[in-house]
Amino acid sequence: MKILVPLKRVADPDNANKVKIPADGSRIETTGLEWKPNPFDEYALEAALRLTEDGKAPKVRAGEVVVVTFGPAETDTTLRAALATGADRAIRVECKDEELDGLVVARALAKLVETEKPDLVLLGKQAVDGDTNQVGQILAELLDWPMATFAATIREEAGGLLVGREVDGGVYSVRVKFPAVVTGDLRIVNAQSVYSLKTDKAFKYADGVRFAALPAIMQARKKPLLVKKLAELAAGAPVARYLKYEAPPQRKAGIKVKDVDELVSRLKNEAKVL
Amino acid sequence: MAFPAPLHETETHAALREQARRFARERIAPHAHAWDEAGEFPRELYGELAAAGLLGLSYPEELGGAGGDASHALAVSEELILHGKSVGAVASLGSHAIALPPIVRFGTPEQQQRFVPPVLRGERIAALAITEPGAGSDVAALATRAVRDGADFVVNGSKTFITSGCRADLVTTAVRTGGPGHAGVSLLVVERGTPGFGVSKKLKKTGWWASDTAELFFEDCRVPAANLIGLENAGFVPIMMNFVAERLMLASNCVAIALLAHAESLAYARERAAFGRPIVGFQVTRHKLADMATRIAASRALVHEVLLRYLRGDASPALAAMAKNAASDMCSYVCDEAVQLHGGAGYMRETVVERLYRDARLYPIGGGTREIMNELISKSEGYGS
Ligand SMILES: Cc1cc2nc3c(=O)[nH]c(=O)nc-3n(C[C@H](O)[C@H](O)[C@H](O)COP(=O)(O)OP(=O)(O)OC[C@H]3O[C@@H](n4cnc5c(N)ncnc54)[C@H](O)[C@@H]3O)c2cc1C
Repeated sequence: MKILVPLKRVADPDNANKVKIPADGSRIETTGLEWKPNPFDEYALEAALRLTEDGKAPKVRAGEVVVVTFGPAETDTTLRAALATGADRAIRVECKDEELDGLVVARALAKLVETEKPDLVLLGKQAVDGDTNQVGQILAELLDWPMATFAATIREEAGGLLVGREVDGGVYSVRVKFPAVVTGDLRIVNAQSVYSLKTDKAFKYADGVRFAALPAIMQARKKPLLVKKLAELAAGAPVARYLKYEAPPQRKAGIKVKDVDELVSRLKNEAKVL
Repeated sequence: MAFPAPLHETETHAALREQARRFARERIAPHAHAWDEAGEFPRELYGELAAAGLLGLSYPEELGGAGGDASHALAVSEELILHGKSVGAVASLGSHAIALPPIVRFGTPEQQQRFVPPVLRGERIAALAITEPGAGSDVAALATRAVRDGADFVVNGSKTFITSGCRADLVTTAVRTGGPGHAGVSLLVVERGTPGFGVSKKLKKTGWWASDTAELFFEDCRVPAANLIGLENAGFVPIMMNFVAERLMLASNCVAIALLAHAESLAYARERAAFGRPIVGFQVTRHKLADMATRIAASRALVHEVLLRYLRGDASPALAAMAKNAASDMCSYVCDEAVQLHGGAGYMRETVVERLYRDARLYPIGGGTREIMNELISKSEGYGS
């Protein structure tokens, strides 16, 4: 199986309070931010690796995982980290952040799919910076491929996948035929979430995303990393333009009420929600 | 930023640090306080750390090591302390770093294969036992006896203050096989389950609570002579060779602890308000932080110098001793100031700096006391002659 996994770097969500907007509102100040791979994309990569190996012998690859990111040269770090974790090849689409939005990324990915011809594009369900949750869905539409979003479990079957999606009150199972688009949710990295045809169903993975050891980090520097231009992949695509950035209003401190009567009265007369 | 990435580190170190940071945040930090209170952390953590490729750094891959050199091992320990916030856990996870090198340097290929890979896989725990109730600084005075009897040594005596000693599966033990003084000392690997060997006490300490510290006994304990590391009566050299790397590691850990204390203090100073402003608004507070940062930067530079010399094979024991003293004094100072800056909260358990303050007290003692370091420096500089 050949899988394409798009990765995005995001400002470290643990340091969200460091995100600053200059007084003129022209941009988001990104200097000094720590970059991390979007967690959902890391989960998608972990799932893709599990689908292209026998869990018992993960060092032998049984398929191909190609990772792709969009950004300037520094985003190579994100790709090298993915290669160290086990991905086989990487592609960076050279561009600036301002040139991107969900639609542009999906168009460029659709174009890449033409040349890469993967059986599966496996994405995180959303990026934790913009939280738009669109790229997977737009991509499936552009490709006219079957799609399963928010996957919590994936089982490889002959010629396709059985995907479990968590919904209120149960699990909704979807069977997709290759080629397909799948977006992954948090639980996709649980110990028994993903099985390739090769992996024994009794096998249990370690919970979470695997770690890259030093020898793998060194080898990753020798794995192929191809650079493409955004213009080649998404020529003339319209892009959303941001007119102004504004921080959300500061929250006011709360108050303490002495009893239920006061609470009701304040909700009614001041907050006007009753 | 006062603490940019060390000049000698490459992209590879940065990628490795990223892995260690994630491991520390996911697997250590959420439990740091609970493990300290429990006086122990789950044994499985050794295996998890090994599986992540973070336990066997600086050991050869033929012995199951994770590759790299001391610069990688130190970078990983620093991340584990800084982001895991459990100095005790990192201390015990790292006890192999003093227990295994004598085996790697002086053991036979058979001994290396038998003892080293299971420890680097995180399946077995290794400890080093030199100190005795009657001999600490004066290593050459150790009295635990090992008498040859056929294919065995019969060992009698006791060891104390042994890191990871309560759970160790193999203990690299200094024993007296010959006459008095350093020329009568040998190293024997004693394995858990050997009749006559056991833990007499789990010791309660000022800090490092998550690390178990043991008093061990040997009573007519028969250890196969095949477990003798190196030549009989030549154990003193491996013990001394261990010290430079150990002191470098301890000094580096002091820098990491101080960095954590500084980071915790800065965050607190920004958030805690008094007299209508965050306390970082007082010049006194800012200068306190600036002094802390300055002393950290100085020790950190010295630690990096010793590291680079060590990697080139010319680290002098005196310079390593200076680094240990400088870094441990700096760490005690920084942690004390960190507690002060936290006010009453700094004196409360559950506050990270309260724990660090106690942890810091070990470093001028363990791995050779500050006075013994000064003796070493004095001798090397020829002050007395
Ligand atoms: C938490 C912890 C973990 C440890 N882990 C291990 C371990 O894993 N393995 C192990 O073998 N040991 C371990 N140790 C022991 C440690 O190495 C010793 O405690 C240390 O070397 C000092 O020995 P001592 O305690 O016997 O003190 P002593 O040697 O009795 O020293 C007492 C005081 O006298 C001073 N002194 C001694 N000689 C001189 C001198 N010549 N000139 C001036 N002053 C002098 C010392 O500096 C000290 O202040 C550990 C200790 C602790 C606290």
